[in-house]
Amino acid sequence: MSNHLDNLTLKIWRQSGPTDGGHFETYTIARISDEASFLEMLDVLNEQLIGEGKEAIVFDHDCREGICGTCSLMIDGQAHGPQRGTATCQLHMRKFKSGDTIVIEPWRATAFPIVKDLMVDRSALDRIVEAGGFITATTGGAPDANIIPIPKPVADAAMDAAECIGCGACVAACPNGAANLFTSAKVSHLNLLPQGQAERWSRVEAMVETMDDHFGSCTNHGECEAACPKSISIDFIALMNRDFRKAKVRNRKLISQA
Amino acid sequence: MNTVLNSKIPGGPVADKWDSYKADMKLVNPNNKRKFKVLVVGSGLAGASAAATLAELGYDVEVFTFHDSPRRAHSIAAQGGINAAKNYRGDGDSIHRLFYDTIKGGDFRAREGNVHRLAQVSVNIIDQMVAQGVPFAREYGGLLDTRSFGGAQLQRTFYARGQTGQQLLLGAYQQLARQIGLGTVKLWNRVELVDVVNVDGRCAGIVTRDLVTGEVRSHAGHATVLATGGYGNVFFLSTNAMACNVTAAWRAHRKGAYFANPCYTQIHPTCIPQSDDTQSKLTLMSESLRNDGRVWVPKNAGDDRAPHLIPEDERDYYLERLYPSFGNLAPRDISSRAAKRAVDSGRGVGPLKNGVYLDFSAAIGRLGQHVVAERYGNLFEMYERITGENPYDVPMRIYPATHYTMGGLWVDYELMTTIPGLYAAGEANFSDHGANRLGASALMQGLADGYFVLPYTIGNYLAPMLNQPIPGTDHPAFRQAEQEVRDRFQRYTSIGGKRSPDWFHRELGKIIWNQCGMERTAEGLQQALSDLPSLYHEFQTDLRVTGDGNSLNQTLEKAGRVDDFFQLGMLMCRDALERNESCGGHFRSEYQDDEGEAARDDENFAHVAAWEWSGDPMTANRHKEELEFETIHLAKRSYK
Repeated sequence: MSNHLDNLTLKIWRQSGPTDGGHFETYTIARISDEASFLEMLDVLNEQLIGEGKEAIVFDHDCREGICGTCSLMIDGQAHGPQRGTATCQLHMRKFKSGDTIVIEPWRATAFPIVKDLMVDRSALDRIVEAGGFITATTGGAPDANIIPIPKPVADAAMDAAECIGCGACVAACPNGAANLFTSAKVSHLNLLPQGQAERWSRVEAMVETMDDHFGSCTNHGECEAACPKSISIDFIALMNRDFRKAKVRNRKLISQA
Repeated sequence: MNTVLNSKIPGGPVADKWDSYKADMKLVNPNNKRKFKVLVVGSGLAGASAAATLAELGYDVEVFTFHDSPRRAHSIAAQGGINAAKNYRGDGDSIHRLFYDTIKGGDFRAREGNVHRLAQVSVNIIDQMVAQGVPFAREYGGLLDTRSFGGAQLQRTFYARGQTGQQLLLGAYQQLARQIGLGTVKLWNRVELVDVVNVDGRCAGIVTRDLVTGEVRSHAGHATVLATGGYGNVFFLSTNAMACNVTAAWRAHRKGAYFANPCYTQIHPTCIPQSDDTQSKLTLMSESLRNDGRVWVPKNAGDDRAPHLIPEDERDYYLERLYPSFGNLAPRDISSRAAKRAVDSGRGVGPLKNGVYLDFSAAIGRLGQHVVAERYGNLFEMYERITGENPYDVPMRIYPATHYTMGGLWVDYELMTTIPGLYAAGEANFSDHGANRLGASALMQGLADGYFVLPYTIGNYLAPMLNQPIPGTDHPAFRQAEQEVRDRFQRYTSIGGKRSPDWFHRELGKIIWNQCGMERTAEGLQQALSDLPSLYHEFQTDLRVTGDGNSLNQTLEKAGRVDDFFQLGMLMCRDALERNESCGGHFRSEYQDDEGEAARDDENFAHVAAWEWSGDPMTANRHKEELEFETIHLAKRSYK
């Protein structure tokens, strides 16, 4: 049976736009069902604010099933909050208790400028994919899907990497604001597969260099893996680094042969 | 009030239609393609695949999404899989069988020509997605694995764990990203379509509102594609994402695009039941779970015992009992109604008595927990996060929820709406699923439209327009549309009433769910048609939107979307009231056979209802497109 939480204090970051300095504001929620999701708690607060004639708090969210990667939020200093392997939208109020004070902030990273309140601009992640996060396969020219058998463990490993939802929690959790977990997940997904071999070396080079243009450098803290709602392993960073070093040699060779 | 709706289906045997279309269509020379601008609205499976392919072909493409990134589109949330007539298992599949199953699954209310084409290109989709690096599930030998889905007696569904939609969308998004990187596609993100503009009887482009700055802006193009998804959020509670809305399709409808079969909505049988009043959405548990899960309720009403204390002979595995040949894999509409009847008979389970069990204990016993975990692990985890219960130990509780809308913008064989130059693809159109969509067919249709249909049919439209000037954004029609948009959004902020857009949306959803949900009656629909206009009037006079329109304002965005949902809701109820039969997802209690199954009326309703805007949804004009069945014999749809 559902229970309730009483007297929650919320300290929420409000910022009217990218150039505003921003500040915390304190709100209270008198009562909320423990079956409510964290974002539904914010919905309730927003309805309260609209009732008072105030502007609702802006936050990114969409599928509320933990798959689209739109939601974000630093909750008490943790990206996506206290529950491991869980996006903010899948976090439920039963993880909190009556009387709690909860601090809610946007992702904090130089590469993610704040749009408004809790919403940030993560399009730098798209730039990395645009640089090489694909397999060039013109529509219509594909051979039969079963022509290349892919060993199950390889397909599974590629899938482990491909599960990344692109939310940016890894960047927000990283003290350096690095995007290595995100980038390595994308690189590994494609570089592990036979279909991805033709562009393997150019891909990793282009993606890593674009990543470096926008984001900080990885110093192996491992905070990214802990914050990742899909629990993507930092082993993929090792895989990416290995491929990047090899690419630096191989790509030069390829060019000198041309 | 009938008009001629020309579906432009090519002549000849159904299996040859698409080939003969392609043989006859006009082509655009590769060097001339860049002279044509195509606007693609939406970046889900249909939009991203269409945009990527059109750009690859050489067209000048612009893509519009209201998300921060094209990768967020709601196609991403599809779980179970994608159908294709590959027959890799040698279990008797073929293009014809997929075609037949889809027509039958849609309760004989879809066009043969379109559906056959869909079945034909389904095999190309799998090839294409594998080439792009989609990590589909594989057997130990390295070949692709498949599984069963509702409404089919063979295993034709390809999948990537419980995240097939995500992997397919990322595949299409990567192709789109490649084109963006190459500079052949211009991306507009956090931008929403707010109007469609016609000049001289053809679609000249669109008007958008920048969600971050509020800027209203026109975009002119030779052709425009709406790949903007379905309208399931008219119910407020649905499995759709929060931002899914009908605005693009509705604004096109108001400008002359006919809206087809709005009453065909799909209620998915396996969702997590509502738990309280603050609930903002319902979460789907993939239909694939019904491969190994058994659906049951206690035999006796009011049986409050915990599930494991109820002995086998006091359980009613009602799907297996009622539909022995399809069992737990009966199609969605049928399974949903059966669940509703079980709950309505007082045999619902869970604290609110609003669910049925989906039980995996037999599968865990037969296969072992690790096999079940491999197949459905992520779904089980999601269930536990939401409900706090572990489905390895206790059966899941599920209940139907709105999931998909088969209705949508009317399109012809070329996917063109009744506005020349304006196309609709994916869930936004009405064309392939009839009155009920089979599981794992939405992904198939979105990608078929985007990769393998639109790139051909758009060329056929554009070819004669070579070197002819098109109206620019300085044309008075664009200026006027922009002003109307500014006025409309200004109005939302200045009403100064008491109720938020969400409040109205919730109230709207209750009416639609109660009167135009799983079971409909003439009386209930008439009630809805009297309640909706008065609630809509209240919306127009008592709405409160805080903040202004000059910076990011989600309350204001919502107001615009709820406005359009109200109008659509009225049309839905009218469509449901006019269709005096039961078919697929449209179940009118007055029309059922002795066993409680849907009773179609082929004599009077074997047609598509296409609605024409008249200035008010309450007076919209209903037109018919007769459905012609040349290959398939109309039959009673039985899964027994």
